[in-house]
Amino acid sequence: MEREKGEVWIFAEQEDGVLNDVALELLGKGRELADTLGVPLAAVLLGSGVEGLAAKLFEHGADKVRLVDDPALKNYQNRSYREVMIELIEEVKPQICVYGATSLGRDLAPSIASALRCGLTADCTELGIGSYTDPVTKEEFANLLLQCRPAFGGNIIATIVNPRNWPQMATVREGVMKLPDATPGKTGELVRHEAKCLATLELPVEVLEVVRAAKSVNLKGARIIVAGGAGVGSAENFKLLHELADVLGGTVGGTRAAVDLGYCEHERQIGQTGVTVRPALYIACGISGAIQHLAGMQESQKIIAINTDKEAPIFSVAHYGIVGDLNDVLPKMIKAIKAKAAV
Amino acid sequence: MGYNCVVCIKQVPDTGKVTGDAMKADGTINRAALPAIFNPEDRNALEAALRVRDAHGGTVTVVTMGLPAACAILREALMCGADKAYLVTDRRAAASDTLATSYILSQAVKKLNPDLVFCGRQAIDGDTAQTGPQIAEKLGATLVTYLEDLEIRDGFAYATRNIGTGTEKVKAKLPALFTVMEKCGELRPEQVRLAMKYKKARAPMELAKETAEAEYEALKAKGLDIGQWNLDDIGCDLSRCGKAGSPTLVNKIVNVVLAGGEFQEFQPTDEDVAKLVGSLIADHTIG
Ligand SMILES: Cc1cc2nc3c(=O)[nH]c(=O)nc-3n(C[C@H](O)[C@H](O)[C@H](O)COP(=O)(O)OP(=O)(O)OC[C@H]3O[C@@H](n4cnc5c(N)ncnc54)[C@H](O)[C@@H]3O)c2cc1C
Ligand SMILES: Nc1ncnc2c1ncn2[C@@H]1O[C@H](COP(=O)(O)O)[C@@H](O)[C@H]1O
Repeated sequence: MEREKGEVWIFAEQEDGVLNDVALELLGKGRELADTLGVPLAAVLLGSGVEGLAAKLFEHGADKVRLVDDPALKNYQNRSYREVMIELIEEVKPQICVYGATSLGRDLAPSIASALRCGLTADCTELGIGSYTDPVTKEEFANLLLQCRPAFGGNIIATIVNPRNWPQMATVREGVMKLPDATPGKTGELVRHEAKCLATLELPVEVLEVVRAAKSVNLKGARIIVAGGAGVGSAENFKLLHELADVLGGTVGGTRAAVDLGYCEHERQIGQTGVTVRPALYIACGISGAIQHLAGMQESQKIIAINTDKEAPIFSVAHYGIVGDLNDVLPKMIKAIKAKAAV
Repeated sequence: MGYNCVVCIKQVPDTGKVTGDAMKADGTINRAALPAIFNPEDRNALEAALRVRDAHGGTVTVVTMGLPAACAILREALMCGADKAYLVTDRRAAASDTLATSYILSQAVKKLNPDLVFCGRQAIDGDTAQTGPQIAEKLGATLVTYLEDLEIRDGFAYATRNIGTGTEKVKAKLPALFTVMEKCGELRPEQVRLAMKYKKARAPMELAKETAEAEYEALKAKGLDIGQWNLDDIGCDLSRCGKAGSPTLVNKIVNVVLAGGEFQEFQPTDEDVAKLVGSLIADHTIG
């Protein structure tokens, strides 16, 4: 069938002419999907004066870069980007289109899905290709995009498919897919598109001012993370984690429960709907180990878990465990590190 | 002049309290296993709408799609100052994914012909944050996501949005749909007078079948009726609702077998903690 020859697309998000890392991460996974399907991998790049970014996309695995370069696309706006993407998708008919689950991606992707009446799975932690049999009609579908995301409750991963309404679309958070190695000098086909819709488009929004906040917390780049959960008990106790992080030269993170309880800032949330991290050392304090949290940290090289409950699931991903009260263990740890440092 | 505001509110299981078997075998949520609450950011959405009414007059209407039990949050909204509440309930809407849900809600919202629509940024049961943008697309309304602050002036919305890497101030044409973040402000408390009044508000489906019609007429006379719509009332194309209108299907659910690699336990004693720290230094993880 014709539609099965469709390309695999990743949306190459850029801001002020700088590619978002997530675009390159998606190329790594996109490459695997495209190779399994035997179709080209294309990065879709929208913006103004952004042609120069194509080289980097090729080097990270894109066979094609589909470029819409237009002054009207200088700044992201839902209406313009949405209309251009819809026009492009209807013209080229990709079978898969994956977006970064960034603020921009989460604004754009659902609008496109709504207009095209196709499915969209948010915050996937894994993507693959596989078959699906409709349990009612017994109809079989080969080579579908399998969209995995941790599901509500228990330790469960749900796999979502969109067998009928294509393109198959998903979003993936930053840091979830591994950044592929670049192949310096690798090139590909640059396809320039004119978006006809731009000629007549009236934008309902005028951007008056943009204020970029300096990022105060950099979890993604941290080598050591000290993370706390609801078990920390209070914002006051959370200071112990900061103290430990300070002596280790690490960064403090938290679970959603810790954020909801006001123990730490939202930007420190680690997990499916927070940041995904892969530090050399992850110290989990008072964290039960819910699947949505594990999704964001289980690739850490060494995991230490401190929890009063020896049955807590966090221990099954940990390399070192201490069953005990963190208010007792953390001061001991700080003391031991200071003592070793003094030697 | 006043603005007509509609707020989409959702009753969600309190995911902070997830324990044990919250999932059913078919991948849907066993809602009965969890306490049901007013989705946190939908409370902020309601507050944003109430502030527009405070400043300019007009009305605030809340809409939810769900089982009759969801009337609990509609009553809560009325007690906080909403003018009117509607329940969209229909068995044919069951198993709707975000595409179908946003279609059904957009049909309900269209009937109310609002100038401003407010949704929470996301619902805590799925965290998809898709429904708001999708309703906006279907209404043809201006989409303004991640709202932190709003002012209406000269018929335009002046909004501050959180764009992740900072904030953006925009001027948006009406009608517009906003997805609201916590920063917009905490929902005002219930007013005692309204709480006394609206605790008796009911939708027809909440009333005993035999006497429902008469009872509902009596409630209407006192302004205590919660509006109730099924899919036909809001002119839905059934092929776009429920399972038929949902392109995403749950293929399978797997229990995660956590990778039990090598594991070493240490006691919470000074000696053991020092040993652990020592081994981390020895293999250059720290230091
Ligand atoms: C759609 C969705 C998305 C989500 N996304 C995320 C996400 O991105 N990140 C995330 O973290 N969560 C996320 N969650 C929430 C997740 O399901 C859990 O609710 C959350 O991770 C639990 O956090 P916790 O481990 O801090 O709290 P709890 O599960 O309450 O665990 C607290 C732990 O502390 C231990 N403890 C208590 N006292 C002490 C003490 N004195 N010393 C040592 N240990 C102690 C307890 O034994 C317990 O194991 C999401 C949920 C949903 C539904
Ligand atoms: N069943 C529903 N009834 C009313 N509003 C809803 C419903 N589902 C989603 N919404 C609205 O859409 C927002 C985002 O939901 P979600 O896409 O599920 O994260 C919520 O905060 C609500 O404002």
